[in-house]
Amino acid sequence: MHIPDGFLDVKTAVAGAALAAAGLGLSLREVRRQVPPARIPLIGLGAAFVFAAQMLNFPVLAGASGHLVGATLSAILLGPSAAVLVMSAVLILQCLLFADGGLTALGANLFNMALVAPWSGYALYRLLRRVCGNSLRGRLMAASFAAWASTVCAAVCCAGQLALSGTVAWGTALPVLALVHIAIGLGEGLITALVLAGIARTRPELFAPTETAQPIETSTSVLQTIGFGLLLSLGLAAFVAPFACSWPDGLEWAAERLGFARAAADKPIFHSPMPDYQWPGVATNGWGTAITGMAGALAAFLIAWVTARWLAPASNDSKTTVPPAVTEQDERKSANDN
Amino acid sequence: MTIEMASAGSREIRRLPPGLKLAGALLFTIVVVALPRRDWLDYGLAGCILLLAMIWGRAASWKLVRRLILLEPFAAGVAAMSLFQQGGLEIFLSLLAKSTLCLSCVLLLGATTPFSQILDVMRRRHLPGLLVTTLALTYRYLFVLHEEMHRLRRARQSRAMGRRHADSWRGQAGIIARLFVRASERAGHIYAAMCARGWKS
Repeated sequence: MHIPDGFLDVKTAVAGAALAAAGLGLSLREVRRQVPPARIPLIGLGAAFVFAAQMLNFPVLAGASGHLVGATLSAILLGPSAAVLVMSAVLILQCLLFADGGLTALGANLFNMALVAPWSGYALYRLLRRVCGNSLRGRLMAASFAAWASTVCAAVCCAGQLALSGTVAWGTALPVLALVHIAIGLGEGLITALVLAGIARTRPELFAPTETAQPIETSTSVLQTIGFGLLLSLGLAAFVAPFACSWPDGLEWAAERLGFARAAADKPIFHSPMPDYQWPGVATNGWGTAITGMAGALAAFLIAWVTARWLAPASNDSKTTVPPAVTEQDERKSANDN
Repeated sequence: MTIEMASAGSREIRRLPPGLKLAGALLFTIVVVALPRRDWLDYGLAGCILLLAMIWGRAASWKLVRRLILLEPFAAGVAAMSLFQQGGLEIFLSLLAKSTLCLSCVLLLGATTPFSQILDVMRRRHLPGLLVTTLALTYRYLFVLHEEMHRLRRARQSRAMGRRHADSWRGQAGIIARLFVRASERAGHIYAAMCARGWKS
């Protein structure tokens, strides 16, 4: 999903960079406010960990292999703001050291993979935990599905950026990128659950059921949630909304029914960059993409359910409480145990 | 693992201030990105400038070309989506030309500028200290954790006595899990070491 240089035009690159800078600033502020100095090295080490983990190949089919992206994993293990910083460090290093992802597209790449992916994954994880429960099985299931969804969310933003730049038509970019990442996301969800189960086996306090047990962030403040929510909606409005608007949406339908559609037609409030533009060649098939998306979601849910049942056979472990905060002594003791 | 590529180029290009090289690369990529499509003459001009810089800096090596060939399929894959529209071939070729130019420019920057110098520029330009510290730590421990991962893998493979089990998804994920545990343990030791050397945030 790394966009190379030359694929985004200047306005999209600037918009992406502005959003990424704002998000990075917000997360830096949060981390500085919440994280004790003793935990700062863990962010750098977390980024190095994600970097190394991305190099480990998982065999898929006939020689092809995939790897973990790790946005949702780091958001769950370290907290969302720390995950933004971790993924940003990974992307900046990939861009400057490996020329993986363009220099001018860095802002857009940061927005997709360091802001949208960790935050959508984390928000969904928190939400799903209310449904799936706080047991290990429930948490694994929520994490697996959230990892899948975050991959798809980032891909949709990427498609919007490519379409806004006029590089690839939305009618092509969305189905292709969504389809590819619906498939990749299934692997991401499975790996995330497997890794979290592995961590829960060896060091359960690093993946604990209580919120306060997160090693980096102690809480997610309301201001932080609102700030990031605002940023993400701004990004969606800029990159995705201009294209999604051409689908018959609820507002349009209501306007038609209530009869004020004609009145509104005289005075356009919002000029979309490509008003009613139909890309020739590939027809915009919104329904096909929607059905694929739903099938993908179902598959991701099934994988999450099966994996969680397989990895956490006993579901009554919610009673075994893990101490909310790990003291220095506990850490030393467990280090000696290992 | 050969991540560090900053080993090419003449003495002159290596002694240029890193800030200048970074600004030059940024300017070059922005100009190339802002060029209109199908502007073949200007693409050629930009390519000539880049080639001259490479020849002057004696950085045009096979390593650079190999790296370029390795990265090109990704750009071509994304660009291939643009073929499904009117005038798609011209857009496709423009995209390929632009991304190749920018890729070579960033590769040239990487080949002649050690990352520590780039970090230095960031620090002097007053980028947030926390971000620079994180980047520096990531760069420092990238190699260490990568080696650690290989050690974990080797240990698992020798225990498993064969490929099938060792390469299973669960086995691979177990390595990642163990790697995270070790990374978080190491972070504690690093903080103590940083404090001992007088680090302050």
